Amino acid sequence: MQVRFQLNGKPVAIDVEPRMHLADCLRDELRQTGTHLGCEHGVCGACTVIVDGAAVRSCLMLAVQVEGSRVVTVEGLSTDDALTPLQTAFRKHHALQCGFCTPGMLTTAHALLTEEPDADAARVRSVLSGTLCRCTGYIPIVEAVLEARAAYRKTDKP
Amino acid sequence: MIGTNRYIGSPVERIEDFRFLRGRGEFVGDLRREGMLHAAILRSPIAHGRIRNLDAAAARAIPGVRTVITAAEIDVVPKIPLRLLPLPGTERFLQPVIAADRVRYVGEPIAVVLADSAALAEDGVGAIALDIEELRPVSDRRASGKNEILLFEEAGTNRAMTFTALSGDADTAFREAEYTRRERFSVQRHTALPMESRGVLAEWDAVQGRMTVLGAAKVPFFNRDTLAAMLGLALTNVELIENDVGGGFGARGEFYPEDFLIPFAARHVSRPVRWIEDRREHLTAMNHAREADCEVEIACRRDGTIIGLRGEIFVDLGAYIRTNGLIQPRTLAQFFSGPYRVPNVHITSTALLTNKTPSGTYRAPGRYEASFFCERLIELAAGDLGIDNAEMRLRNLIGAAEMPYKLPRLEPGGPAVDTECDSGDYGEALERCLAEFGWEEKRALQGRLIDGRYHGLAVACFIEGAGAGPKETARLELESDGSVAVYVGSAAVGQGLETVMSQIAADTLDIQLDQVRVLHGSTPYLNEGYGAFASRSTVLGGSAVFEAAKLLLEQIRAAAAARFGGSTEEIELVDGRARNISDGRSLSFAELASERLKVDTAFANNNKLTYTYGSAAAHVAVDPGTGHVELLDFLVVEDVGRIVNPLTLHGQAIGGVVQGLGGAFMENLVYDAAGQLLTGTLADYLIPTATDFPTIRAIALENHPSPSNPLGVKGAGEGPIIPVGGLMANAVASALASFGAMPNQLPLSPARVWLMGSVNKSSD
Repeated sequence: MQVRFQLNGKPVAIDVEPRMHLADCLRDELRQTGTHLGCEHGVCGACTVIVDGAAVRSCLMLAVQVEGSRVVTVEGLSTDDALTPLQTAFRKHHALQCGFCTPGMLTTAHALLTEEPDADAARVRSVLSGTLCRCTGYIPIVEAVLEARAAYRKTDKP
Repeated sequence: MIGTNRYIGSPVERIEDFRFLRGRGEFVGDLRREGMLHAAILRSPIAHGRIRNLDAAAARAIPGVRTVITAAEIDVVPKIPLRLLPLPGTERFLQPVIAADRVRYVGEPIAVVLADSAALAEDGVGAIALDIEELRPVSDRRASGKNEILLFEEAGTNRAMTFTALSGDADTAFREAEYTRRERFSVQRHTALPMESRGVLAEWDAVQGRMTVLGAAKVPFFNRDTLAAMLGLALTNVELIENDVGGGFGARGEFYPEDFLIPFAARHVSRPVRWIEDRREHLTAMNHAREADCEVEIACRRDGTIIGLRGEIFVDLGAYIRTNGLIQPRTLAQFFSGPYRVPNVHITSTALLTNKTPSGTYRAPGRYEASFFCERLIELAAGDLGIDNAEMRLRNLIGAAEMPYKLPRLEPGGPAVDTECDSGDYGEALERCLAEFGWEEKRALQGRLIDGRYHGLAVACFIEGAGAGPKETARLELESDGSVAVYVGSAAVGQGLETVMSQIAADTLDIQLDQVRVLHGSTPYLNEGYGAFASRSTVLGGSAVFEAAKLLLEQIRAAAAARFGGSTEEIELVDGRARNISDGRSLSFAELASERLKVDTAFANNNKLTYTYGSAAAHVAVDPGTGHVELLDFLVVEDVGRIVNPLTLHGQAIGGVVQGLGGAFMENLVYDAAGQLLTGTLADYLIPTATDFPTIRAIALENHPSPSNPLGVKGAGEGPIIPVGGLMANAVASALASFGAMPNQLPLSPARVWLMGSVNKSSD
């Protein structure tokens, strides 16, 4: 089946098997391998991407379901030459070690702060609790997300 | 002082982060090759049985399925050798890379399907008709010990090994003791669970007769040697390449069946083959860990001085001894007494085979379990003797004046596994921990009921024997732009190796951090290497880089002296330049690069481990109505000898503690009596999430450097996880002391804690 959608601001059109999930489509067909697969049953959150503004597990969504949607992956968060304030805060707080869950943490946090730039620590923890990290113990990730809120407050929402 | 000390000791933000934060990491699942086939593996659905028939005709008939490989295609099926402790007798219990006629655990590989896509390969696995005659399974270590059902009939026993740790004369000490207490404890089976599952991409070059394997981790050089022997290839014709690795924690990177099967498949079909483990197979295929129980006793004087420990420990090892499978039972025995001065020890630790996934190392193997057992015993003894639990520990910690302090000797073992605590003041770390934690103020809360919850506090101490030998290798090369390429035999498993090695090299050479490029882990870089285990990379790899950098400086000095026509004494090396002191002429490192300066070296530690040590304290509130335990405060203080990067060190401490809390409260690989894993998804196997443990503090000290390496560093990846199980159990015991709670089994699940939190509920 053919599916057309916007990936990180650019239009794509691709033929996929109906059974192919969005993560496999992004990774294997479109070669955007920043989105990671950690469980393929919707628990670990490493594959989280942003579909029409909402954080979505791309292993639980079929590729054909994003017809006409805007999809943002970790590759779409930053420009080529600079880290975003969220990414900079992750680096400063050592909020990543092996880096495998990081794409899901970043997309989840970006979707949250875009909607709720004043989210408090409890809210941040609650939203991030759907994404598993085995290295950091989460504390530095929460610190990084809280620090990045300032940058989202400044952004004018469309 | 090393060079400028511009980087060592500073919280240098990681070099690795740029690629990971932008989705540009390169993990094995991100790689593909032209003409690549995808592999999926048929695994035994039965815990114990004989394969009666395997018919792959229907699988082979699926369009897109290219071939199916079974033991028949492999002909002589290799067995996986032990990397550590290959003691006599162990050869009887090694794992074949594929099951030929007997299966011994759910998840054991039986066939490999190669297809044009991973989905088609999985279709192929589903189409194989498999007929297994079921045998009665050995479902736990008690059944194993009876030897009524044997996993290996020819061995005549399910006992894989018994280790004995010995000091002094335990029997006499116990006979003459003023106080003794005997208890039983157990730790459940759990697992490392890195967020990236395993993967292998193998490429066979039929013309050159060369095998290249991507996705290597942890110990690429040992695995290269193992694979070359299995495939009948020269070492020089096998390369293992390390890509980004999504967490290791001891389990990832050991030689598993797939590390043979996928390269074999690539050679079999003369095409690249990739296999990426899915999470369900991960939970039955990757090493399990920690399952152990014991009956142990402590002997003390009335004043609380510990005079003896003795007892028996049993480890449920699973179906085979894997590469490092004996480390846990070994360590349980030898490190049972931990940081405490115990003159008389007699502890046996027996590893028994069962029809479960084989077990191996997971961060602080054996130490986490031993600390739980020992700290519980000490806590109970302190209570019986009426001694404050912090004072009880302070009184028994090995003293600074007693260093180096020999730990119990091990049988079988010999001098290679003899070890001694190297340096430090254990009491200093405990007192710092108590002070920072506010023990004196908080202890008033012990056992108090506040707003419906019982409060409990506990303190525990630990040592982390790390930096296992024998050595590590490094090569430094001055490149044409004046930068330095650092090749090191250490492996990266997500711990920030590139950054830490860059700091050491840049400071020693007195150049900028971005003038150093670190290349690690892959076999083409160096002739030999030892990898990432036992928190050894900074200790051994870092020391090798340091020594190599000093040698490179001498070469640079000599080259500059030759250019200037003077002596080396006249050359000063500062900030990437060689300057002639007498006349002020200078050359940049780039201008000297045409000399092709390079240094190969190795750092050997003569098997002397480093001993990071510390103490941890915790404050919990227990809800007797739900069995929920909230961690209100947790502090760990450790002395690591010398801190290279406080940022990454702190990350190791906090991350390790949270993993330990997972083991203390939630993680549990549950099997039924038939040997079926009941917790085969991440919805069943629970690990900590962001909401579970928000308050953890860690303080690192560098008061007592290691005497066994030039940097003074001690391995520091596994310390803070060690005391967590015992600490949580003792905190819950204190909270629920009024109920006589005896939390002697992990995990402290809500159900168990709820049962302990009432006089009316029946005890577990």
